[in-house]
Amino acid sequence: MSSTVINQNVVGAQSETLPADNQWPLWEVFTQSEQGAPHEHAGSLHAVDAEQALQNARDVYSRRGGVISLWVIPSGAITASSPSESGPFFDPGADKAYRHPQFYKVPRGVRGV
Amino acid sequence: MTSPAPSVVPAPPPKPNALLEYLLRLGDDRLILGHRLSEWCGHGPILEEDIALANVSLDLLGQATILLRMAGEVEGQGRTEDALAYFREATQFRNSQLVELPKGDFAFTIARQFLFDVYDVVLLEALTTSSNTELAAIAAKSLKEARYHVRHSGEWMIKLGDGTEESHRRVQTALDSLWLYTSELFATDAVEDELVRAGVAPDLAGLKPKWEALVRDVLQRATLTASNDVPRPASMRGGRSGAHTEHLGHLLAEMQIVARSHPGATW
Repeated sequence: MSSTVINQNVVGAQSETLPADNQWPLWEVFTQSEQGAPHEHAGSLHAVDAEQALQNARDVYSRRGGVISLWVIPSGAITASSPSESGPFFDPGADKAYRHPQFYKVPRGVRGV
Repeated sequence: MTSPAPSVVPAPPPKPNALLEYLLRLGDDRLILGHRLSEWCGHGPILEEDIALANVSLDLLGQATILLRMAGEVEGQGRTEDALAYFREATQFRNSQLVELPKGDFAFTIARQFLFDVYDVVLLEALTTSSNTELAAIAAKSLKEARYHVRHSGEWMIKLGDGTEESHRRVQTALDSLWLYTSELFATDAVEDELVRAGVAPDLAGLKPKWEALVRDVLQRATLTASNDVPRPASMRGGRSGAHTEHLGHLLAEMQIVARSHPGATW
């Protein structure tokens, strides 16, 4: 119940901040291709509510097969990093090779890495 | 659903022409409704709904293909599903009049679709236990699609009915003009009776209360009202025996013209 209210607030807030284009609220769609696999971003669509977003996602993104689960999320609920901050956000890790798993040799005999 | 009571002497299998008639009724309902829905392609109210309607249309055309193919096999005269779809006249079609009515506005399309989709689910559920195993298998496959269709159209009924003043008025008007046509879906005749006795088809009279309960439940949530059942004028008994509205002829002219202008063409 509370999540519904939150979603509506988010969508409401979003429609106030975005230019009015007479479009229904935007939703982001995530699809899962097999059990245990991550839900991956597939695209976005317009819908007036969560049920319609789910149905539209099914029709637009899953009908050609390969999908076993769908998530839809109001686009306004996503907090994204800003492109102008990508330097401070991401660059510090780039020159520290030991932070990457590839830096370490995997011992022979270890499987599933 | 309602399987026939076991009897000491098993009923003889239905005569081929009864089964053929029945398959044409099932197949033609889906072919004609699928075509009507396809008329929305490129004209849907928004892109997502345009795709949704096209998907439902393709599901129905796919079901029609299988059913008409089976009809051709039962007939045994070498007619394919394409021959049955493209080279029959209006009077040889066995669809209900409900599905041939022009698509109207979006509210009309949704209301008609909803009334049919509920019927489709109820009928296909019952057909999954048909004594004809091929038909039972087709029903089981189609049922999954029909369950999604009714979720789509049912959701729209609630949105339109319980939406704005205009959407409510439009969908209520559509419902008022469509309601009378629904009784044909449950009309029975000698063909139905013979197949019911053989356990091939469910008794439509037995399905109607279930259909009506499901429909009225959604209508209530959509703040819509359907009149109490009204006796039909005699002219509305027609679709199953080949008597159609003028609209079917126009639909067929468009649907069949390419196949008839270029017989034998493949693409």
